[in-house]
Amino acid sequence: MTSATKRSRNPLGGRNVPGGLAGWLWLAVIVLPVYYIVVTSLRPREDYFTENPLSLPSAPTLDAYGRVLENDFARYFLNSVLVTAGSVVVTLAVSLMAAYVVVRSRTRFAGNLLRLVLLGIAIPIQAAIIPVYYLIVELGLYDTLLAIALPSIAFAIPITVLILVNFLRDVPGELFESMRLDGAGEWRMLGSLVLPLCRPALVAVAVYDALQVWNGFLFPLILTQSEETRVLPLSLWTFEGEFTADVPAVLAAVVLSVIPVLAAYAVARRHLVSGLTAGFGK
Amino acid sequence: MAAPALILFGLFAGLPLLGVVALSFTSWDGLGTPSWTGLDNWRAAVTDPVTRDAVWLTVKLTLFCFLFQAPVSLLLGVFMAGRQRYRALLSVLYFLPLLFSSAGVALSFQALVDPNFGAGTALGVPALAQDWLGDPDLALYCVVFVIGWSFIPFHSLLYQAGVRQIPQSLYEAARIDGAGTWVQFRRITLPQLKYTMVTSSTLLIVGSLTYFDLIFVLTGGGPADATRVLPLDMYLTGFRSHDMGKASVIAIVLAAVGLTAALGLNRLSGASRMESQTEGA
Repeated sequence: MTSATKRSRNPLGGRNVPGGLAGWLWLAVIVLPVYYIVVTSLRPREDYFTENPLSLPSAPTLDAYGRVLENDFARYFLNSVLVTAGSVVVTLAVSLMAAYVVVRSRTRFAGNLLRLVLLGIAIPIQAAIIPVYYLIVELGLYDTLLAIALPSIAFAIPITVLILVNFLRDVPGELFESMRLDGAGEWRMLGSLVLPLCRPALVAVAVYDALQVWNGFLFPLILTQSEETRVLPLSLWTFEGEFTADVPAVLAAVVLSVIPVLAAYAVARRHLVSGLTAGFGK
Repeated sequence: MAAPALILFGLFAGLPLLGVVALSFTSWDGLGTPSWTGLDNWRAAVTDPVTRDAVWLTVKLTLFCFLFQAPVSLLLGVFMAGRQRYRALLSVLYFLPLLFSSAGVALSFQALVDPNFGAGTALGVPALAQDWLGDPDLALYCVVFVIGWSFIPFHSLLYQAGVRQIPQSLYEAARIDGAGTWVQFRRITLPQLKYTMVTSSTLLIVGSLTYFDLIFVLTGGGPADATRVLPLDMYLTGFRSHDMGKASVIAIVLAAVGLTAALGLNRLSGASRMESQTEGA
């Protein structure tokens, strides 16, 4: 409805009553839980049981955050950073090379490669988790950070390759030809042509991959067990068991785990949005 | 140059998909060595009432998720596509749920809907202070709502992008012909969003069939198996009851249903677009 007027020259023209109603209602649905999480995390443990849950805390305190930080939160945070950074770097590197092959070589192999990649996107992680567990145990990697990173990379490759392929297709072939005439090898083409050209797509897909790994739960749940290898999402779940009846601390942990993502969102909102819809958004 | 990607993908995603088929014919407790048992697991899984219930629950969950998320996402997406400043601001806030991990969302809602100390008690309305997650009749709806809370933002982003790609000239022509906003929505916006709808629906359905993290932390499949959908049934069977063989059967069903839904919807939409792009490369 409004779509008609929204981009017309008259900015006041867009009357979309059901959309507007849904829009403001949905705002309440989104904001209320977020508000609840924040105010509860600032509430003293005793007041949680007595104060109105939606009121502002009468004696706001950061104690809950203190209890979370004392509980080895820094280690889980570091683990998450390591796994996410490692997975994203490797995923981007190998996917960029594969995408280059798919786009540049016209062999049947390249076509089949792309088809395999497309099929890979539809594989649910749950379907493969039991053999992945078997494999990780057999490789002696159980309960290491590598155990989380390797399958995370494998499952990120298909969508990453697809997005990069779609992007690389639009690069004019003449660019490659002229570089080849200058005597550039495959690696130089990759380094000094493909890499700089692909930067916007790489940033978007890196953000997407990072969010997936950062928030990933199933691989850490099944492939690790000790505190040394615990990552953030899993730590939230175990906090719940450790902090029985300390809801402010649990929610403080939730807030702490979101802060890095929120910071990324504030700095690079555009990239995050395009990263999330990349590959699906067309 | 494609070798590293192929090896990593093959070893940790491709090979396991074949492996799960092999494991479904074995008996394995997750620790020892798998031993061949033929079709035993398949027979056990097909006749297991818990698994049958899980299949039915999964269908129900998928249906409810679709009925909730698809219309709201469409409505919000069209709304968000507007260029008004306040809509841009609202869109920034709508995005918030996408930043949370499923575990974080689940824990927050657990506290939020707590019958004794949750938000339901704040307003003094007894109907809101029910034991949402503890009542087998209510838990599934609660799960559907929380899933919607986390995923509607993503789908509305897809619709927003879709609406913004509709050529403005279509609307101008319609207005010259005297079409009102409702007619424009019916005759232009909806048909033009066909591909977006297919993409969003596919992701929605495949997603609903495979939600695990959120339900696992929110309810653990309970109360009394009231939210034990297939992915949870697989996890509990394999990693709690140590029956990896039977869990593998459930995993195969999951993979098959997911792949079929994805392929079927792709065909429906004529989304061979992907192929034709390949030809043109």
